[in-house]
Amino acid sequence: MKKTYKIEVDCANCARKMEEAAAKVEGVAAATVSFMTQKMNVEFAEGADVKNVMQNVVKACKKVESDCEVYI
Amino acid sequence: MTKKQKKMLYRIIVSFVLLVLIALLPLEEGWLTGVLYLVPYLVIGYDILKKAVLGVVHGEVFDENFLMAVATVGAMLLGEYQEGAAVMLFYQIGELFQSVAVGKSRRNISALMDIRPDYANLEKEDGSLEQVDPDEVAIGSVIVVKPGEKIPIDGQICDGSSVLNTSALTGESLPREVAAGDMVVSGCVNMSGLLKIRTTREFGESTVSKILDLVENSSMKKAKAENFITRFAHYYTPAVCYSALALALLPPIINLIAGNPGNWGDWVNRALTFLVISCPCALVISIPLSFFGGIGGASARGILVKGSNYLEMLSKTRYVVFDKTGTLTKGVFEVTEVVPDENWAALVREKLAAGEASLSLGETCRLGDASQAGETAQTGETAGEDRAKKTPGDLLLEYAALAESYSDHPISKSLRKACSDRNSGGDSDRNSDRNSDRNSGQSPQGSLSETGAVLKVGNDRVKDVEEISGHGVKAKVRVGIPGFPANGAGTSYCEVAAGNGKLMRQLGIAFTEADAAGTVIYVAIDGVYAGHILISDVPKEHSADAVRELKASGVRKTIMLTGDNRRVAQAVASELHVDEVHSGLLPADKVEQVEKLLAQKGKKEILAFVGDGINDAPVLSRADVGIAMGALGSDAAIEAADIVLMDDDPRKISLAMRISRKCLRIVYENIVFALAVKAVCLILGATGYASMWLAIFADVGVMVIAVLNAVRCLKVDSRP
Repeated sequence: MKKTYKIEVDCANCARKMEEAAAKVEGVAAATVSFMTQKMNVEFAEGADVKNVMQNVVKACKKVESDCEVYI
Repeated sequence: MTKKQKKMLYRIIVSFVLLVLIALLPLEEGWLTGVLYLVPYLVIGYDILKKAVLGVVHGEVFDENFLMAVATVGAMLLGEYQEGAAVMLFYQIGELFQSVAVGKSRRNISALMDIRPDYANLEKEDGSLEQVDPDEVAIGSVIVVKPGEKIPIDGQICDGSSVLNTSALTGESLPREVAAGDMVVSGCVNMSGLLKIRTTREFGESTVSKILDLVENSSMKKAKAENFITRFAHYYTPAVCYSALALALLPPIINLIAGNPGNWGDWVNRALTFLVISCPCALVISIPLSFFGGIGGASARGILVKGSNYLEMLSKTRYVVFDKTGTLTKGVFEVTEVVPDENWAALVREKLAAGEASLSLGETCRLGDASQAGETAQTGETAGEDRAKKTPGDLLLEYAALAESYSDHPISKSLRKACSDRNSGGDSDRNSDRNSDRNSGQSPQGSLSETGAVLKVGNDRVKDVEEISGHGVKAKVRVGIPGFPANGAGTSYCEVAAGNGKLMRQLGIAFTEADAAGTVIYVAIDGVYAGHILISDVPKEHSADAVRELKASGVRKTIMLTGDNRRVAQAVASELHVDEVHSGLLPADKVEQVEKLLAQKGKKEILAFVGDGINDAPVLSRADVGIAMGALGSDAAIEAADIVLMDDDPRKISLAMRISRKCLRIVYENIVFALAVKAVCLILGATGYASMWLAIFADVGVMVIAVLNAVRCLKVDSRP
């Protein structure tokens, strides 16, 4: 399953860091962050609990880039 | 400016004022000065320091925050208080400038693609209107679109007529007339009248949503150049940090070993300058921005690119393979020539001269020939005074059309259409008929009813129709003109046979075989050969231009694939100057041909396939870049292709190529420029010639220049 989230991030490098961090979260099959459109695309693994996984994704992103926002 | 940016602006002002004040104070050098400078330094840089610490804690060591923190803290420790605070200040000014510039271009580009309708006027049961979110409108609801508003959801017009502007979708400003019963797609702007539309899709399934989805996700597919930068930054930053460390430690240690003074301060200072210069921001920000600009600029012209990787590949395209029907040609069969047999024409003329004196005559009534009293079936322009006149050509066509009037074969349809065009030529509804024809693409159902109405199919003018499969048709036809038909029997029926050469031979009728590209229909009336009608698919107006422009923009070879016979294919190819033609191909053969070409081409050369997206899905996905055209309203094409041309103008292909080239050129300019400036400054920094100020320019200045350069991607001339 694929979902798109609106994000707020200041720089392209930060977006890249968020992308790497999000992709490593358990339950995420693939993640892409577009700085230009300020969007995050998350592809969830089979049977993943979307709500839970997304909370972890936000946590992971905040860790690498404290200024970022992910609107779930 | 956003809230964050405003806050940063205040911080910059405060710390700048503090710095100036401190500099003006008559202070001794010493720790007290250091403490005073610490105030503006912390005001401006606390977040950087925080992020740098957090980064280290989370294992994200080498980023620009870390670089800045180390450089400025190092300067402070060396007693360069003023410089440390000032470097942080200027770094933040640069960051703010960049964030505003990038934010602005981002919004500009997004605005180009913003075709999202904000609301829909939902008509309630009592007839009142309510503004609702397009998402909430159910299928089958009636919405009202006022002049000046965007159509929010795909649907069918149930009341009203208007002119639509499709430029937001196609990039073309040619308005389209619509009336009750027509299907309309979301994203068009209603220009004149009030429209009531019954929705046929949900908002999420509507054209506008699909296009938005596609464009917004396009930056998710990254180009090689972008991936290069990501990988580059991955190795570059640590490498720079270790070099800086080495620069700070090695020379002093060597000096000490050699017995000279260590000169620590000087070398650490150089190392810090080195760190500031090395920040890779200019590349990291400007490359994606360039691609984003290119994609945005393209979509404003009706070219949807599904990812920056396709934009990159497009610029390297050396082979362009076209599908013929619907891509280079209109895909609608038209009567292009009506050639009455000379003997028969003479006979007709004789008969007609007796009944009607004012007949205009022609040996060959070629459509589009100006000598035919301005009468052409292609434009349907018949001067009013000539409407009553009939040439042998008209009669030939009318006989054939009547004989074929019961058939649903595409050829019969085009015969009927040509005939009704001639008879009703000059009618005001001709243009709208043409439009609806084009919009329905492969199935010109829309125009058939009108054609039928003109010919009055099914009345007593045709009887005893006999279809001879694979040959043609025989029927008894009556054409109500005094002194006619050819056998002189007034308004009685005469036997018409219309079909291919086999039919003529079967009936034992002597005929002259026509040598022409296209489908030839031979017509015999009462056993006498009367002439032939040529039906062919005509090239689009701009196809020849498109092929020429492609050649001019560096395409090595253009290839046309078609299912048609060789003669037709050759005729189109030579008219359009296509280099290579493969004819008589089944859809599976097309894939095979493309695979053959893929195997032949060089490794770095890209092959693009252009089709109309209807039967081409396998080929579109097999080619390096699949381009679908005329995709407005066709979901299949939007799904299958990598690049989607919203209208059916083949010149858009070369426009897309020009956009991609410009974009790539700017990307490479930025990469080379940024790396070159950095390299020079790094050397200057390491050798002690570069000050902190030059370092700030090398970082922020280069970045701003690169961003401004990237914005140029938006603008590409429509004409080469």
